[in-house]
Amino acid sequence: MTAQAAATSHHAVEPAESPLTPESWGKLGMWIFLAGDAVGFGTLLAGYGGMRATSADWPNPAEVLGITLTAAMTFLLICSSVTMVKALEWLGRGDRGKAKMFLFFTALGGAIFVSCQAYEWTHLLHRGLHIDGNPWGAALFGTSFFIVTGFHGLHVTGGVIYLLAVIGVVSRRPDPAASYNVVEIVGLYWHFVDLVWIMVFTFMYLL
Amino acid sequence: MPMAGEHKHPNYMAIFWYLTVLTVVEILIVLPWFRPESKLLVGVLLCAMAVTKAALVAAYFMHLKFETRTLGLIAVTPLAIATLLVFVILPDSFYVDHKTANVKPAASAPAKH
Repeated sequence: MTAQAAATSHHAVEPAESPLTPESWGKLGMWIFLAGDAVGFGTLLAGYGGMRATSADWPNPAEVLGITLTAAMTFLLICSSVTMVKALEWLGRGDRGKAKMFLFFTALGGAIFVSCQAYEWTHLLHRGLHIDGNPWGAALFGTSFFIVTGFHGLHVTGGVIYLLAVIGVVSRRPDPAASYNVVEIVGLYWHFVDLVWIMVFTFMYLL
Repeated sequence: MPMAGEHKHPNYMAIFWYLTVLTVVEILIVLPWFRPESKLLVGVLLCAMAVTKAALVAAYFMHLKFETRTLGLIAVTPLAIATLLVFVILPDSFYVDHKTANVKPAASAPAKH
């Protein structure tokens, strides 16, 4: 390996201690964080299921919440996951410009998602769905709805800020290989947010 | 030339279409015109499609399919914990007395000591 190739490799990935660990400690760290976060979301959804199962007057979510807007939001997150992987793919090909463009589209998708969620919350609050009660039945319906979707919305907001910061990192590093690992790690976070929404959409809106 | 740390890029557009089609089917299932009679069937179908979508995202978008076994184990751990949680909470749902609509107002209930 030449000195230049070694330097590039050093920027792109961090050394691992064992063949069992991935090629980057940052990636391993993100996976461990996501596993913890998944337990958090799992607990919230299991709690939601438990509350719903033990309530005799749980409202029909599809009727109260409506699924037209959230279906569009789900499609938007799927699209943003595609733009995220495209950003990584273009960076792998050495095109920083296209990578940054797709990262920006991903962040834009996330920002639109959060805006739609703010609109949805405002609309539901006007209709009487509150965290401590609602006209349709069990008060815990509103409580669980706002906690679960709010927790996810915070993750999306954090993801948008994270993505914008990563665009800054890609812009500052002239060598595309130097930012590959950073973009891959933000991608893991973003896809996780998408994955969680898939479950939230099914359990809180459709079922 | 692939750079260090880069792994295989699957056909992302194919995954996108799988996810889109599954989402459309999910929505069709809950619409009154297509909704099957059996609630259990609806629940099973929706859960199966959600798990399939999540698995597609994890395997291909998060590249879990091409990663080391360690990462796979880290990813599976929360699933095991979530499943355990469901079984911990599940017995509560069988106690009808716990259902909120069946709880009588405290004022009308005689005091027990």
